[in-house]
Amino acid sequence: MALDAKIPHGEMDKKWTDYKGHVKLVNPANKRKLEVIVVGTGLAGASAAASLGELGYKVKAFCFQDSPRRAHSIAAQGGINAAKNYQNDGDSVFRLFYDTVKGGDYRAREANVHRLAEVSTAIIDQCVAQGVPFAREYGGLLSNRSFGGTQVQRTFYAAGQTGQQLLLGAYSALERQVALGNVKMYTRHEMLDVVKIDDKARGIIARDLVSGELESHFGHAVLLCSGGYGNVFYLSTNAMGSNVTAAWKAHKKGAFFGNPCFTQIHPTCIPVSGDHQSKLTLMSESLRNDGRIWVPLKKGDNRNPKDIPENERDYYLERRYPAFGNLVPRDVASRAAKERCDEGYGVGTTKMAVYLDYKDAIIRYGKIEAGKAGNDNISHEEIVALGKKVVEEKYGNLFEMYEKITGENPYETPMRIYPAVHYTMGGLWVDYELQTTVKGLYALGEANFSDHGANRLGASALMQGLADGYFVIPYTLGNYLADEIHTTSISTDHPAFAETKQAVTDRLNTLMNIKGTQTVESFHKRLGKIIWDKCGMARNEQGLKQAIEEVRALKKEFWSDVRIPGEVNAFNLELDKAGRVADLIELGELMCLDALNRNESCGGHFREESQTEDGEAKRDDENYAYVAAWENKGESSWELHKEALNFEIVKPTQRSYK
Amino acid sequence: MEHYHMNLTLKVWRQKNSKEQGKLETYQVKDISSEMSFLEMFDVLNEQLIVEGKEPIAFDHDCREGICGMCSMYINGQAHGPWQQNTTCQLHMRAFKDGDTITVEPWRSKAFPVLKDLVVNRSAFDRIIQAGGYISVNTGNAVDANAIPIDKKDADDAFMAAACIGCGACVATCKNGSAMLFVGAKVSQLALLPQGGPERESRVLNMVAQMDKEGFGNCTNTYACEAECPKGISVSNIARLNSEYLKAGLTTETK
Repeated sequence: MALDAKIPHGEMDKKWTDYKGHVKLVNPANKRKLEVIVVGTGLAGASAAASLGELGYKVKAFCFQDSPRRAHSIAAQGGINAAKNYQNDGDSVFRLFYDTVKGGDYRAREANVHRLAEVSTAIIDQCVAQGVPFAREYGGLLSNRSFGGTQVQRTFYAAGQTGQQLLLGAYSALERQVALGNVKMYTRHEMLDVVKIDDKARGIIARDLVSGELESHFGHAVLLCSGGYGNVFYLSTNAMGSNVTAAWKAHKKGAFFGNPCFTQIHPTCIPVSGDHQSKLTLMSESLRNDGRIWVPLKKGDNRNPKDIPENERDYYLERRYPAFGNLVPRDVASRAAKERCDEGYGVGTTKMAVYLDYKDAIIRYGKIEAGKAGNDNISHEEIVALGKKVVEEKYGNLFEMYEKITGENPYETPMRIYPAVHYTMGGLWVDYELQTTVKGLYALGEANFSDHGANRLGASALMQGLADGYFVIPYTLGNYLADEIHTTSISTDHPAFAETKQAVTDRLNTLMNIKGTQTVESFHKRLGKIIWDKCGMARNEQGLKQAIEEVRALKKEFWSDVRIPGEVNAFNLELDKAGRVADLIELGELMCLDALNRNESCGGHFREESQTEDGEAKRDDENYAYVAAWENKGESSWELHKEALNFEIVKPTQRSYK
Repeated sequence: MEHYHMNLTLKVWRQKNSKEQGKLETYQVKDISSEMSFLEMFDVLNEQLIVEGKEPIAFDHDCREGICGMCSMYINGQAHGPWQQNTTCQLHMRAFKDGDTITVEPWRSKAFPVLKDLVVNRSAFDRIIQAGGYISVNTGNAVDANAIPIDKKDADDAFMAAACIGCGACVATCKNGSAMLFVGAKVSQLALLPQGGPERESRVLNMVAQMDKEGFGNCTNTYACEAECPKGISVSNIARLNSEYLKAGLTTETK
């Protein structure tokens, strides 16, 4: 099967307008007869379900949490990018497009990224209209801040809770459609398979997580908005329930998986403290705006950071990358931290941490405040007090969170941070219309692979989720459904539903009947360790080959020795988790296979065999300027398809932030 | 920070499903690190129960960073435990000492029926939002974001109200099982913003009507909700709710 990305012809900045001008439409009377299933209610899912409901489609939305408001988009902290140029600092759609393609290390599809930059401005308008309380200046207009990988201020934010406020906006739009009867919401439900009829996606099998019963749901189209798979690493900044199951079931039903090895390791997370740890907590990238990252110049320097004088500190990002300093992209910042710690300069009890220091920012802000008040003759202590107030207004909730977790006060002592798994750029392969290789099956938001290439810039995940849901799928879905108006709703008594449901039932029963000795959690931890050690921040051929063997062995052991208590037809959290971990294990194997195949370094994917003399990622455009789209061919078997990436506008060069 | 280990006695509410009666069961956990989160301590207990061939304790949780609002334990008589402005998932074991006995119950409220063990059904909150917790603006209808300047103080106050995570601690804490803080926060957020103006009156009337229908109690101004709210949502939002409700009731024709 040849991959067709369906990129419209014409000039880059006209493609989307042109597409919208010629795309097929569905009239309102027909929309009422068309049913759409949306799996997941984060930014992509909630915005898609709400917008499609507004258009008049009959929507069914599913989430595994107890309310759509809890999807993990809620935890995004720093902000959302948009090419508004409100700051008059030279921003434009072109620059956002350019920064994103470059930031992704030239492994994203240009046409998708351009569209993303184009619709970014409408997202901010829509959110403000919904009552999303973005930060404002005293004149009443919106405030912006900087983020990594860019030199303009284009990030809109709501303190350190931007994701929460955007999600609550999308959630309220979704609940409004529920109230109007256009969307039916299924909470505490998990999709366990896609139903295909005549090669088209026609519905899903979902499990009611309270009763344990399986349900069949028909849809003329199915939208997967189920997020990323960072939990394959066990320890990540993802929520405990975040999983790959919906995307993985789609993959096994014919949807190709794109660039699975592209995962983002976020540079500023609270370091691991012990074996008991269940998840890692991110400290927003926005902290790199004002905070300075450093390690001691001397190896194994155990002094209190406050006692280490300026000339014995190594501000290594400022040293290595003077142009971008502490605001280099995430992949670069993460690797630089790893490099310092591997060389023995790390700090804290584990020595796997670096400092993020607010001392200078507090003094700088304090002096500005004193100056504003015309108060030149105040003491150092008073300046510090004024500066702390400013920092608190900007980052207060993040500082509080740090203190709760570590018991240390970051206003007084530099924070200790270390990189952690945060986001997955890889995901289901989709064409320009966000359709997977299965007709009628779409993937939106983090669940697809499309816009971020090999590295995502900060504040772009929220942008992509909402772009896909509010402004892309309402147009592109119509192009498919226009040809479906003659398809009357198919009864869930159809044999395809019965067969799929039976297969799901069998799998659940198999899991329950293993009655082994080891817990699901223990398998998940072991999987995470394999993937983190061998397919994490640095990868090499030997390690990846070993990892594949280890993951296969783990899979075998899981299916012969896992212990799941409780009953199958009841509320059973261990069974829910077992299904997810089983899918993550299979995905883990594919990730390693993809990382092994891609014998180049790009963005977050760092192959030790492919680096420049000063240790930067070295791309190989001649051999790897493609999207790796994997087709599942049965147990531990995949076929690689390549979508060549053609760069018409942003010509690939060695990325430099120096 | 000094690290230490502790042995604890836990009394945890166990209930098979919404129909059967529940009771407190006693468990021992050993060698718990003061660096663990409270839920990580529960993970340890659950792993122990599974190995012993027993059913683990069901509890709601997801983000484990204090923002999704899913976790919901009533710990030693306090919603989300002893720390101020904190969720259960962000409570850490250094709040306890060796030999402590900790009692853990689900949210207790008529409007939040127990589904299993510590898991309750909070869908009443979603239905209250459905009754009017939104601004009716379809996708694509919006004007330029900076076309609506908003007084910074109003914007900041709206943000403070919007910080509610919908966990239900206010209801669980209130002796009347009132949801006034939750409803007041949403009504306030949208009443403070010009975008919320057109539906201001119908919104408060409809949301309060739904709140009553769900079986939440009334507010008798004890302010326990504010004291236990993990996000520090102020009771001034309840005052604003009352005033919005009164104004709407006086000026709105029958809806």
